Amino acid sequence: MRGNPAMHDLVAPGSLGAVLDLLAAEPGIWTPIAGGTELMVAFSAGRLNAPKLVSLWGISDLRTIQANSDTMAIGAAATFLDLRRDAVIATEFPLLARAASWIGSVANQSRATLGGNLVNGSPAADSSPALFAYDAEIEMISVRGTRRVPYSQFHTGYKRNVLAPDELLYAIHLPRRFARHRQYLRKVGTRRAMAIAKVALGATALLEKNTVQEIRISAASLAPYPTRLFDTEAALLGKAITRETVLAARSALLAEVKPIDDIRSTAEYRRRVAVNLLEEFLLELRRGELHA
Amino acid sequence: MSRKRDESPSSLWPAIQFTVNGGSRTVRVPPMKRLLDVLREDLHLTGTKEGCGEGECGSCSVRMNDELVNSCLVPVLQAEGADIQTVEGLALNGDLHPLQQAFLHHGGAQCGICTPGMLMAAAQLLAHTPHPSATEIREALAGNLCRCTGFMHIFESVAAAADAHDAQQANEHTMEQTHHAR
Repeated sequence: MRGNPAMHDLVAPGSLGAVLDLLAAEPGIWTPIAGGTELMVAFSAGRLNAPKLVSLWGISDLRTIQANSDTMAIGAAATFLDLRRDAVIATEFPLLARAASWIGSVANQSRATLGGNLVNGSPAADSSPALFAYDAEIEMISVRGTRRVPYSQFHTGYKRNVLAPDELLYAIHLPRRFARHRQYLRKVGTRRAMAIAKVALGATALLEKNTVQEIRISAASLAPYPTRLFDTEAALLGKAITRETVLAARSALLAEVKPIDDIRSTAEYRRRVAVNLLEEFLLELRRGELHA
Repeated sequence: MSRKRDESPSSLWPAIQFTVNGGSRTVRVPPMKRLLDVLREDLHLTGTKEGCGEGECGSCSVRMNDELVNSCLVPVLQAEGADIQTVEGLALNGDLHPLQQAFLHHGGAQCGICTPGMLMAAAQLLAHTPHPSATEIREALAGNLCRCTGFMHIFESVAAAADAHDAQQANEHTMEQTHHAR
């Protein structure tokens, strides 16, 4: 059954304030739509359960990318091409630039937004591992004001998050302090373009005298929603990278992930690939092969 | 692809205006109607094809405000005020675009369903990167699937269009087209 456009209302108030007023007047009634790369797929397939939609496309307040002195503020409706074209992101947050290049194809990257990727909350979301690795903070906005949560507290379950019915995801903030961190991101999928991740692993680490001073590790498609691997990080923090710590980290990862069998892969394959990616990251970290 | 006519009288829908291939167009259709369907059904520009209908195959690629988009994923309300170029807008006064010439010479088209999308993806590439590397051509075409297994001929067609002499022509033509569209 194909979607029937006459069954859906779509409005474009044109300003952030007008969108927030609409969400406040009828909370939970209006579904925000930005570049449509997720919702329009559901619509075409006749499974879009959203009678009323409000467009966020073309609202410049939501699309600004601003380099402040301490943080990078990325508007939630910045597209993945916007991210790829930003010089500061390319230099200081290369994992995010790389993740942006993995989103579908150019025609998807011109429309798909960073905020949309997060609000959709797919366990396989390409941008999530990079955002965890950079310790991102999420800013939300409503007529009541703004509030922030660490990205590690944004997702609360499969396709669930902390946004209230009258709130919009407003901006993603990245602290500009990763210049000395070693950085890793690798995705395993069926092909380079268009493929959704079977597994992906992202990490940043600060090594001093071969000891892990700081580390953040995250994986895609290993849990019901994007998550940081806190137990795996704990197995490495304050340790030197040795054969023993690598084995301990592998065990910690296997104990904390909950991959599933689905059309793209199997739980067993995901577990094996994930620990191998982790080991690759740690060995490259030890050999000093990862660029800061 | 034929689909049921909208049941409500068209006068109920607000007017949505945008530019297609240089001409201003106004439609009164449901705002959630896909740009793809508006182009094909309301404007009778059937060069733009529907493949998968979910943004995976690139057959419905058009250029919107100087970006490549899958028109199957654009609700027409979001095209309000936009400048759109479809495959019908490539040839100028009956002269084929250098990309179209190259596809003809190098066998870049077989059944033809993917061709309009391939041409638009390539036009988007050459508009900004007149001398693309092999990697850049591959990335630009990565979202466009051909099921006649003609990828190499398509790649060669784009590379040929981008070759020194042709590249300049292609770029000027595309810029002229873009200018014309505005």
